[in-house]
Amino acid sequence: MSELKQAVDWAAFPDARGHFGPYGGRFVAETLMGALDELQAVYEKYMQDPEFLAELDTDFKQFVGRPSPLYHAERLSRELGGAQVYLKREDLNHTGAHKVNNTIGQALLAKRLGKTRIIAETGAGQHGVATATVAARLGLECVVYMGAEDIQRQSPNVYRMRLLGADVVAVKSGSRTLKDALNEAMRDWVTNVDDTFYIIGTVAGPHPYPAMVRDFQSIIGREARAQHLEMTGRLPDALVACVGGGSNAIGLFHPFLSDESVAMIGVEAGGEGIASGRHSAPLCAGRPGVLHGNRTYLMEDDDGQIIATHSISAGLDYPGVGPEHSWLKDIGRATYVSVTDEEALRAFHRMTRTEGIIPALETSHAIAHVLDLAPQMRPDQSLIINLSGRGDKDLNTVARLEGIEL
Amino acid sequence: MSRIAKRFAETRASGRAALIPYVTAGDPAPDVTVPLLHDLVAAGADLLELGVPFSDPMADGPVIQLACERSLAAGTRLRDVLAMVREFREKDSDTPVVLMGYLNPVERMGAEVFAQAAAEAGVDGVLMVDLPPEESSDLTGLLDRAGIDPIFLVAPTTSESRLRHVAAAARGFIYYVSLKGVTGAQSLDPAALGARLEAIRAISELPLGVGFGIRDAATAAAVAEVADAVVVGSAIVRLAEQHLDAPEQFRAAAAALAREMRSAMDAARADTAPAAV
Repeated sequence: MSELKQAVDWAAFPDARGHFGPYGGRFVAETLMGALDELQAVYEKYMQDPEFLAELDTDFKQFVGRPSPLYHAERLSRELGGAQVYLKREDLNHTGAHKVNNTIGQALLAKRLGKTRIIAETGAGQHGVATATVAARLGLECVVYMGAEDIQRQSPNVYRMRLLGADVVAVKSGSRTLKDALNEAMRDWVTNVDDTFYIIGTVAGPHPYPAMVRDFQSIIGREARAQHLEMTGRLPDALVACVGGGSNAIGLFHPFLSDESVAMIGVEAGGEGIASGRHSAPLCAGRPGVLHGNRTYLMEDDDGQIIATHSISAGLDYPGVGPEHSWLKDIGRATYVSVTDEEALRAFHRMTRTEGIIPALETSHAIAHVLDLAPQMRPDQSLIINLSGRGDKDLNTVARLEGIEL
Repeated sequence: MSRIAKRFAETRASGRAALIPYVTAGDPAPDVTVPLLHDLVAAGADLLELGVPFSDPMADGPVIQLACERSLAAGTRLRDVLAMVREFREKDSDTPVVLMGYLNPVERMGAEVFAQAAAEAGVDGVLMVDLPPEESSDLTGLLDRAGIDPIFLVAPTTSESRLRHVAAAARGFIYYVSLKGVTGAQSLDPAALGARLEAIRAISELPLGVGFGIRDAATAAAVAEVADAVVVGSAIVRLAEQHLDAPEQFRAAAAALAREMRSAMDAARADTAPAAV
């Protein structure tokens, strides 16, 4: 289904300095360069270390509950009358989303580096919860930066983080959302770099974060590929995932990159519509630039200032995107579309009523696209949605839209 | 000889440490900046650092971040900053001006267009905080050809091998970040600083400017004893914050602080330096 513009040796990316074609790299102040070199060295060492990988595997099984099921959504598939829809149930992971795959991995690295303090940024709070969870388990001090606006709309997750012993710091600068939380976490890291490990929650930031987070999240795609083969005897025809920073999407896509018959579709947050300008869809409507340590597609004005984004889902409300997605878009290996707040909400309700699964609002964007895509495919074809998170954290937001205060 | 090299030759010859005040261009309003720069020169500044406002200044503390927000809200953009330098040059053709900022606005304008326009405006050096030498070859080449010095940061965390790499790419002077942290953070330790600067001098002959954490005349004086230049930023920008509706008072307070630092720095050098020849 996809048309690749060139033959690619997937194993060669990123290059030694973290470049995916023209994207990625390491654009940070000098103070952090040493820490990033150190991080890259331990990451490269331990990803080859059988003992580390065995510990990671045990944690995935016993603490996260992996493998997560691949579920055939038969009723939804029948209603849509096209492709068979499969759901990769990352919502069933401990803490309710895919985020924990990465925080487990990075926390094990932090332990090996002897760091005593963990910091993180969070948007929807899922990454913050997943970070606070592993910090509690390892007995590490934990500080989570969260935009003041996001603290409002994701209050259940804020309380969850505090229960887990994390210090949740409200970020009141700029647009008071995820990008500002990331700025603040970087400032903390630059100041406390000796004893602090920064667990970035998505496949963005300076090298090695985009590659490292991808590698930890790739468990999603490795499992899904084997599960789909086992259940159907063939590969899926398409993969669909929502894209904010893009970690759940890369996690699903990456193990399928060399399977040329498998199409990959990332779904960005269209907010009130691309034409309105109020959205969070840099791949669909932005242009390449440099922010948060990497070169990637961004939402910016004519002067290169980062502009305010909008999405009903806090986890997608971000003006950048992981550099590997920018590259996959340019070379034509993946395609990127957007759906609006309203379409995502409709998909949220449809999935809940049809399959008995309440998805996160982030995930609902991927589902919304499938409501259009599946009917255009044949019933003997199949697709996998990364059901990246559960919707409990969004109940306040959805209820409020219906005039109900919980 | 570039304006920056010439100025450091002068300050060295006279046994002084150079004073480099930083202001965010367009803070709190566009028409304040050029008169402020002239005031700072009259108060004893040897070089000027002009901050280009950016929406997401990751390496800066709250003081300069708020200055960026004020400047952007008042409408200042990269091309306006270049226009300010051009206007400054109408009355001052000697004092070097270094632009300090983040890469994205420069990339949006286009690195080649920027290098050309900056040279025409009279910019002498460019420091992109989020552009380490590893990623900088395109811009560095363009700046070099336009006669502008690319300035790079060295931090307490910079290893010796990285230091060699940075020193090879740097021109004009090396900006030593005196502490781990963002701009405007806690005060630095002058004793540890001296040893660190000696290690850098063993590798590079460029003048060494020290910034981050210099908040008063006493710290400036202590740094002046060991460094070729003292950069003071947040301490000045904080004055803008204190006089938001009174730009005249901001200018007067900034000039007073620069004068105070100037005399403290010169006194410190007079105490320690051998008699000038």
